Amino acid sequence: MRSKVSIAGVHAVLIAYTFLAIAPILLVVMNSFKSRNAIFGSPLSPPTFETFSLIGYNKALGAAHVGWYFFNSTAVTLVSMALVLLLGAMAAWALTEYKFRGSTALALFLSIGVMVPIRLGSIAILTMMRNAHLNDTIIALILVYVAQGLPLSIFILSEFIEQIPKDLRDAARCDGVPETRIFFEVIAPLLRPAIATVAVFTIVPIWNDLWFPLILTSSDTTHTITLGVQQFLGQYVTDWNSVLAALSLAIVPVVVIYIIFSRQLISGITAGAVK
Amino acid sequence: MATLRIEKLNKSYGAVDVLKDIDLAINDGEFVVLVGPSGCGKSTLLRMIAGLDGATSGDIDIGERRVNNLEPSQRKIAMVFQSYALYPHMNVRKNMTFGLKFSGMAQGEMDRRVADAARILRLEPLLERRPRELSGGQRQRVAIGRAIVREPDVFLFDEPLSNLDAALRVSTRVEIAKLHRLLGATMVYVTHDQIEAMTLADRIVVMNHGRIAQVGRPLDLYYAPANLFVAGFIGSPAMNFFDAKVEKKGASSVTLAGPNVPAFELAATSLAPAVGAKIKIGVRPEHLNTPGPTGFKIGGPVELVERLGETSYAYVRGGGETQIVAEVRGRDAPSAGDVVTLGAPDRELHLFDEAGERIAIG
Repeated sequence: MRSKVSIAGVHAVLIAYTFLAIAPILLVVMNSFKSRNAIFGSPLSPPTFETFSLIGYNKALGAAHVGWYFFNSTAVTLVSMALVLLLGAMAAWALTEYKFRGSTALALFLSIGVMVPIRLGSIAILTMMRNAHLNDTIIALILVYVAQGLPLSIFILSEFIEQIPKDLRDAARCDGVPETRIFFEVIAPLLRPAIATVAVFTIVPIWNDLWFPLILTSSDTTHTITLGVQQFLGQYVTDWNSVLAALSLAIVPVVVIYIIFSRQLISGITAGAVK
Repeated sequence: MATLRIEKLNKSYGAVDVLKDIDLAINDGEFVVLVGPSGCGKSTLLRMIAGLDGATSGDIDIGERRVNNLEPSQRKIAMVFQSYALYPHMNVRKNMTFGLKFSGMAQGEMDRRVADAARILRLEPLLERRPRELSGGQRQRVAIGRAIVREPDVFLFDEPLSNLDAALRVSTRVEIAKLHRLLGATMVYVTHDQIEAMTLADRIVVMNHGRIAQVGRPLDLYYAPANLFVAGFIGSPAMNFFDAKVEKKGASSVTLAGPNVPAFELAATSLAPAVGAKIKIGVRPEHLNTPGPTGFKIGGPVELVERLGETSYAYVRGGGETQIVAEVRGRDAPSAGDVVTLGAPDRELHLFDEAGERIAIG
């Protein structure tokens, strides 16, 4: 039994942290619905009847290429996620299930990817993409994000695959189920909570990333939304209405995806911890 | 339906030999139980028959086919696992047909097989349920059903009852025995429970340390264990053992005596060990009784009595040192502190030489 004091203490810490995490987002969303004067006049107050304005949204959505930015962000994120999940799950299965020469070394090599940030290789990546004539394409972004997401997804999914009873695949083998079908029809359905976890961990950094679009894309039709927002930030004048509106819009897809996956996500996280 | 022949089968993990020179021939339609303490290699042997583990050396033939290099699915076997290993995301019907789909079987044939298996195992009302909605016994029946629909040559059971509670274990055991009579299939069954082994088996294979200690019909193992290990393993409570020596060999009898066993005469015209050889005498608790005028005798104070109803087990400090267990029937069980003398007729005595092998009493 834990005392009420310690429970209250834990909750106080959690509430404080929640506030810390939510406050900036709240500030962005709140101010995106205000007129320019109100943003500067009283940045911390919510929109009122006098200060309410959709001008930011009108301008952001009316601006050239914003549609492209959203399309690019969505395409890059979804394709990368699909590849990370598919390749990650298959690689995790191969590394845990089949012992082959170098399998341990390969697993260790991949775990380096979890520890070393991919941005350290930015210059090499840039050169590689240019040599492959992929610079200024969203394919370049997808390739980089798949490389970035794979190590962690393999790491997490391997842990989950280890927990699936070995008897299941033995039973499937006695049943005459081909190895690929064992993976796709027996193992993969049981990995759903883990896949949801990996999906969220993969999607959020990709959607929010500014760095790789900045160095790998140069034309308006290949920018993602996080980079596209920068066009509203001028050297002398910044269109805060549009910046805040575009950022608010950019938050929506991530929140929606999180809500979709959250139930699976929580069961995924705890399943790993408590077993 | 098929025979199963295993020849010179070896399995090592690195330097550790798990199975050593296993030779075993199983007849068509026979129910063979592999039994032994944990770590004796019985499950490994079963997995090697199934093709889930490879052999280091040796041959396995199912029917007249050498299956050494065949995949599990090509060996015409079906395996029932201790954990049931049902596919959690498929209902009972899909669990049974999932494997069949990949053999290119027609839908009508699959339906017929599932209907047959469901009827035999009384699974008809459960066909659309998921495994998590079933009780342990029902899950085990589904696992058996999944094996039946494959119509295999050989059924392999890996401790199928150990996850069930005691009452269910008994009833499922009876069902498996009935199933064997109904299907007439060759079955190999692994367990560490000797009651399952004794009740189900046509023949029992007792394994110890990766070797076969004895193969025989249940009562042969009980009445004529080939060595000390089998003698101690089969029977509950375990057989009592006494150190002894051959004191004298006469024309129609030999005299045996030990540190805790008073000298007695055993009717025997021939006995292999020479005078002075050390031997062990084994007597089952259920054969220790009121002593006759001659023959094996041992006495001592009763230390503890376990009463189970019709039978009681008396723990006796025999000859000062050894603890003896004796089974007492009926209402007149002794109580702790009583001094008793127990004896056994010649034919219930088992003699073993120093190497632990059975000595024939001629």
